[in-house]
Amino acid sequence: MAEISEIICVTCPKGCTLRVKHEGKQVLEVLDGCKRGEEYAICELQDPRRMVASTVRVDGGLHPLVPVYTKKAFPKHLIPDLARALRNVEIPAPVKINQVVLPNALGTGIDVVASRDMPKVAA
Amino acid sequence: MKTNYDVIVIGSGPGGLAAAIAAKENGADDVLIIERDVELGGILLQCIHNGFGLQLFNEDMPGPTYAQYYIDKVKAHGVETLMDTMVLDISPQREIFAINKDLGYLDLQAKAIVLAMGCRERTRAQIMLPGARPAGVYTAGTAQRFVNVEGHMPGNKFVILGSGDIGMIMARRLTIEGAQVERVLEIMPYLTGLTRNYVQCLLDYGITLQKHRTVNRIIGRDRVEAIEAVTVDEKWQPVPGTKEIIPCDTLLLSVGLIPENELSKKAGVLLDPITNGPYVDDRFMTNVPGIFAAGNVVQVYDLVDWVTEAGSTAGKGAAQFALAEKLETGEEIPLKAGENIRYVVPHKLDKNHLAEEQVRLQMRAITPMEERVLVTVEDQNGEVVTKKGEPYARPGEIITLAIQPKAYEAVQRATSLTVNVRKR
Ligand SMILES: Cc1cc2nc3c(=O)[nH]c(=O)nc-3n(C[C@H](O)[C@H](O)[C@H](O)COP(=O)(O)OP(=O)(O)OC[C@H]3O[C@@H](n4cnc5c(N)ncnc54)[C@H](O)[C@@H]3O)c2cc1C
Ligand code: SF4
Repeated sequence: MAEISEIICVTCPKGCTLRVKHEGKQVLEVLDGCKRGEEYAICELQDPRRMVASTVRVDGGLHPLVPVYTKKAFPKHLIPDLARALRNVEIPAPVKINQVVLPNALGTGIDVVASRDMPKVAA
Repeated sequence: MKTNYDVIVIGSGPGGLAAAIAAKENGADDVLIIERDVELGGILLQCIHNGFGLQLFNEDMPGPTYAQYYIDKVKAHGVETLMDTMVLDISPQREIFAINKDLGYLDLQAKAIVLAMGCRERTRAQIMLPGARPAGVYTAGTAQRFVNVEGHMPGNKFVILGSGDIGMIMARRLTIEGAQVERVLEIMPYLTGLTRNYVQCLLDYGITLQKHRTVNRIIGRDRVEAIEAVTVDEKWQPVPGTKEIIPCDTLLLSVGLIPENELSKKAGVLLDPITNGPYVDDRFMTNVPGIFAAGNVVQVYDLVDWVTEAGSTAGKGAAQFALAEKLETGEEIPLKAGENIRYVVPHKLDKNHLAEEQVRLQMRAITPMEERVLVTVEDQNGEVVTKKGEPYARPGEIITLAIQPKAYEAVQRATSLTVNVRKR
């Protein structure tokens, strides 16, 4: 049976409410929003993903942490596991922006990278 | 140390960085940024979440990545910087007094100044929260700095007051770091932050948001032990029989930001009581000649891209002022807030500016309109100069509309312009 669900698109700050006509996970039609919204709605029903940002510890850096993020949207159901994994990562300073901090996180093929440089400071 | 500069920028957030770059690119030789923190970047360095750069780069970047792009550019342009330096005073003649641990007391002269000090958070005192005064009450931004930059958790069990973006983003961040967020309370009948943040920060993590509800009382002697929540009516009066005690050890306040203008006032800059920022023209110059302002100092922005753009405009104006020791403008007309508009930035428009480039206006709605709306800019006779359709108007989100050079003729006939937002 086809049904219509409302999904709020988070792809851009507009945050459109999209009405999606679907049968289970099979999307028949996305009634509102733009092209990217349509992709989001399909993804949201079949394999919801989010960009994840966190921090990892740095040894000898200007700050004790460096911010990191997933290079691509990450499977939503694995986020708690990823958070736990990142809490155990520690890397030495200096850190360069885009440096891979956790390659192929949880076997997803997605790298977690540093979102800024972290200079080394003399101890 | 050099004491005379063409342009001095105060603050190194995205507004200040863009201003310094634009000043260099528009012919100013000696450009200096003064920053009280130990590094460039401003508030973006603690905003580690994604969501930056969608308008300008068409990319979804974390705050620090966005900042680094401009930091690298500032360095490449040969802008001078003074870190760990606090500006204490500015005179209307553009003299700047600052203090630095190594260099001591500094007395600098600028031909033009760009104020880019950002904003600060409303605190407990400003919203007059009753109850005990235990440890464990923080502003959301302070907690953000603790968790994202300094690496300590301010508590284990949180209640967040206010549904602004920083509050919602911290709800998610604390959850990811293993803390429990019991509730987000919002006194208004609507969300004050972006809808996307409601979805990806609260809904995704099963965090409950209650509207029309606030903290009635803080409980605890040395440390917060609980808060008492209560529903309020339209006049923000507690509704009897709606109290709930929520056990927690930390209360975060995300109850709004105020442009940081203590310095501006000292320089004689006049502030708009609605935005709490300076009155600015379309080149972001304040009422004091040669003193410009950009970013959250002018109005609290929701998107960093517009802060960068405003910084560029201000920096360009500052360079022009520094080189000519004045700014050539045509006749200036006021831009006014009309139907369902709380304020418009800039406050006035140089009629000749459109001959050069488009002029972007930004405003906020007073009450939410969850239907298609039409934003219009009209002259004194109700003649529409430009218009734009939007899917909705929400007080939490800035409305942006550019007056294009093709409206030049229409603007020449105007003695004032008013912005309205109406149902389609
Ligand atoms: C928590 C939070 C989350 C946000 N999330 C998003 C988002 O997801 N997407 C998005 O597009 N935008 C977001 N924004 C908005 C955007 O980041 C801000 O609007 C923007 O960073 C403001 O830039 P600014 O240059 O005006 O101020 P700031 O970045 O605040 O910089 C001001 C600088 O001035 C310095 N300063 C102040 N006073 C002095 C003084 N007297 N002497 C020397 N230096 C001084 C400060 O130290 C600071 O470095 C967010 C903002 C916040 C606060
Ligand atoms: S549907 Fe398109 S416009 Fe609407 S929020 Fe999604 S990406 Fe943005």
